Amino acid sequence: MRYFVSRVMFFVLTLWAAVTLNFIIPRLQPGDPAQTMVQRLAGQSEAIDPAAIRAVQIMLGLPTGSIFEQYVDYLQAVVRGDFGISYTYFPYTVTHMIAEALPWTIVLVGVTHVLGFVIGTLLGAAAAWKRNGKFDTVVSLGSTFIGTLPFFWIALILIYVLAFTLRWFPEAGGYSGEIDPAWSWAFFGDAIYHGILPALSLLITAPIGWIMGMRNNMVHTLGEDYTRLALAKGLRQRRVALTYSARVAILPNVTGFALGLGTILGGTVMVEMIFGYPGMGKLMFDAISNRDYPLMQTIFLFTTIGVLLANLCADILYGVLDPRVRREAQT
Amino acid sequence: MSTPIGQVAKPIDSEPAPGDVAAAVRRSRLPSWVVILWANRKSRIGLIMLGLFIFVAVFAPLLATHDPKVTDFAQSLPPGGAHPLGTTASGQDILSQLVYGARTSIVVGLVAGTVVTFIALLVGLTAGYLQGWVDEVLSFLINLALVVPVLPLMITIAAYSPVRGLFLIIFVISITGWAWGARVKRAQILTLRSRDYITAARFAGEGRLRIIFAEIMPNMMSLVVAGFLGAAAGAIGAEAGLEFLGLGDPTTVSWGTMLYWANNSGAMLTGQWIWLGAPGLAIALLLSSLTLINFGVDALSNPHLRER
Repeated sequence: MRYFVSRVMFFVLTLWAAVTLNFIIPRLQPGDPAQTMVQRLAGQSEAIDPAAIRAVQIMLGLPTGSIFEQYVDYLQAVVRGDFGISYTYFPYTVTHMIAEALPWTIVLVGVTHVLGFVIGTLLGAAAAWKRNGKFDTVVSLGSTFIGTLPFFWIALILIYVLAFTLRWFPEAGGYSGEIDPAWSWAFFGDAIYHGILPALSLLITAPIGWIMGMRNNMVHTLGEDYTRLALAKGLRQRRVALTYSARVAILPNVTGFALGLGTILGGTVMVEMIFGYPGMGKLMFDAISNRDYPLMQTIFLFTTIGVLLANLCADILYGVLDPRVRREAQT
Repeated sequence: MSTPIGQVAKPIDSEPAPGDVAAAVRRSRLPSWVVILWANRKSRIGLIMLGLFIFVAVFAPLLATHDPKVTDFAQSLPPGGAHPLGTTASGQDILSQLVYGARTSIVVGLVAGTVVTFIALLVGLTAGYLQGWVDEVLSFLINLALVVPVLPLMITIAAYSPVRGLFLIIFVISITGWAWGARVKRAQILTLRSRDYITAARFAGEGRLRIIFAEIMPNMMSLVVAGFLGAAAGAIGAEAGLEFLGLGDPTTVSWGTMLYWANNSGAMLTGQWIWLGAPGLAIALLLSSLTLINFGVDALSNPHLRER
């Protein structure tokens, strides 16, 4: 029980830290942040939108209050779920824009992250089982190289070859213009068809971390006495590999699952931008390009909270799976 | 960038170091770390590749056939003739840009890698050696920095900055990328500080700093070097990514800005696959060289791995 309480405590603390970080970042620049931002917006276009000024002021609190009052106001707004109005997509609120983009990213990241984890763990286990064999060498060296390829470059090359030259897949977008977004099979099919290339861009490097982690853990567990005993007892190879070695070796990968989410979310920013995929990543990119600070900040906050939640789930799952962790927390 | 900055993804125990490296270290006049790394086949390949990149970066003005910023040439030329890799949509020589781009990447890797390693060492050593409430606070900071998604954080900080450029990118990478290294180093010092020889040194009256730097540090060399290589690789990848997103200074010549311009001025429409392909491949090869060197780093503070 102690273990779970400490994990929830950590979650609450990190949540507070993330919310506070989000408050601090805009104030790191010299001068009055609201004024600087309004000036910069004014420099961009001749007629400054009064809505933009208001949005900035709502986001940063009125400059008359002390920094502490601003902080309290900000915390209250976050608790209410009031993140102001996006001035790129006026008159929509920031939360409205995020609610529209969120499902796209959850599906894209969810599918690629789970698939990457499964593929990587299986490949890593196979490489460790036949270690120093031909398969292991190919997988180890191959992933050393592929792991260094930048996400966005893979995406560019995939568009160039599969969409632009061969015309197998659409070049951009999340769905065709002719089909209205609706709960229909035609729309789902179309969305999947558009999602294949973005997913593939993430999937090429996604398994690498899991391959390495799983292979290295399993090399250790293969040397443990219980694995040797299982082999000596004459159990079938497949059974020893899966239920004796791999089952223990997979544990560190479970915690890694949540941490890896942050990395793949970073990848989606670029991949979504390149493909014009209507998710959080593209929304964030648009927010940066238009200097839509309220929108950008809120997306950063949501992304962080998402990763923190995933991390909490992974920690709890880890405690359930591995009794040693619970016992350690008690001593 | 499939792992956090500084985290090293490499397979373990794939190759025992051949021959008697210890003897070679004694014989050679080169610094011992070079000999130790050179003895490992993968590290050797990595060192050679990295050497080539550094050579290109240092002698860029001699190797490049044109000024990389000059836009005097015909636009979007195919490869061949005076322009072996063709020209960009605004008429710059692609090969010269590629050569000068190596400079930017190497500088970013070197500077950001050093800063990240320094912060990681400072935080990790302090937390692990002092323990108590200092450790509690620092460990919380480390864990916090590990769970915050790095790229969105970098983007947010970079987007607010009034000036854009290489300095900003190095700064952003440095303050966001230290967590993994700090965690690893803290764990290592926790196991080292309870060893008998450290206790003996403490009883002999050695100062705290001397114990940390003279007794503990030599045993952490491989971690520090591996951490530096990982941080440098992460920084090079992150720099390219930020520049590709347009958060760098678009007038710098670097592999990231090359990709930014290639994507934004329709290299696909003109069929200039080299303009798109070459910078990405260069990044991947440079990062591979760092990963390959890492294969032999474990032997630096573990003599058993050398003499097997």
